Amino acid sequence: MTSPQPRIGVLRFPGACDDRDAFWALAAFDAEPVFVWHTETDLPDLDAVVLPGGFSYGDYLRCGAIARFAPAMEAVAAFAAEGGLVLGICNGFQILCEAGLLPGVLRRNESLAFVCRDVPLVVERTDTPFTSRCAEGERLTIPVKHGEGCWFADDALYEELQANRQIVLRYTEPVNGSRNDVAGVVNERGNVMGLMPHPEHAVDPLLGSADGALILSSLVEAARHSVLAGV
Amino acid sequence: MKATVLVRPKHGILDPQGQAVESSLRQLGFAVGEARVGRVVDLELESNDPAGARAEVERMCEQLLANPLIESYEIELTEAVGD
Repeated sequence: MTSPQPRIGVLRFPGACDDRDAFWALAAFDAEPVFVWHTETDLPDLDAVVLPGGFSYGDYLRCGAIARFAPAMEAVAAFAAEGGLVLGICNGFQILCEAGLLPGVLRRNESLAFVCRDVPLVVERTDTPFTSRCAEGERLTIPVKHGEGCWFADDALYEELQANRQIVLRYTEPVNGSRNDVAGVVNERGNVMGLMPHPEHAVDPLLGSADGALILSSLVEAARHSVLAGV
Repeated sequence: MKATVLVRPKHGILDPQGQAVESSLRQLGFAVGEARVGRVVDLELESNDPAGARAEVERMCEQLLANPLIESYEIELTEAVGD
């Protein structure tokens, strides 16, 4: 028996721009990606969902604030509530925060400048479906490209997240003013993750780094297990 | 009725836009202290009942217009001209 190919939905919002890269990268790791248009009220039969980067609804009002009310996001919230795997990249992270599926909020970069470069990261936690292929403390290089990547949580929330080990990735140098250099977080249950860096843009040495492959192949692997477990 | 919603970065929240405005104003020679930048949303409401209208705009603020983690809001209600 060949290993099952997990089906991973890639949400498409008006203004998304990294949906095709995410689709391509997931296929490269032997998943079966399927696009899901934002107006869909039901998700097809999926083993995981990726919210790709971009500028959904022009980032009007606040980044992610409008997209969170897209019909497909209600379906994603229900999917996550059942334990389904959800990964939000960049704008996807912003949407998940606005939707209350992830803690904190993404704000304008402290510098007010758009940041577009490879950034160094450290993996703080490897017992998540998104980082299982990384080593604890592993240094990764993955590009960011965002104007609003400054993650914020107040003192009480930050302490709670630290205690729950919900901080998964940190920048090892200042990038955007994020509180304590947080680059990626998970929800308390550990089945929803968001990160500002773009793993789908770092899946081949030709692109300057293949470190993003560790994140995406972890997700594909975890989604494959959910197929095997029949959930 | 009409409503004006003022959304501001909460007290104590870093406001880089406000800082940039503040330093530009100083460069222009204005004697300013702290500047903070928020957002104004003008709304036309169908309701003519001030209490009901205010409650509805509060729900708009909680759900969409402000993010309570980082922003506070104020609502001003006025009678629409011609009402």
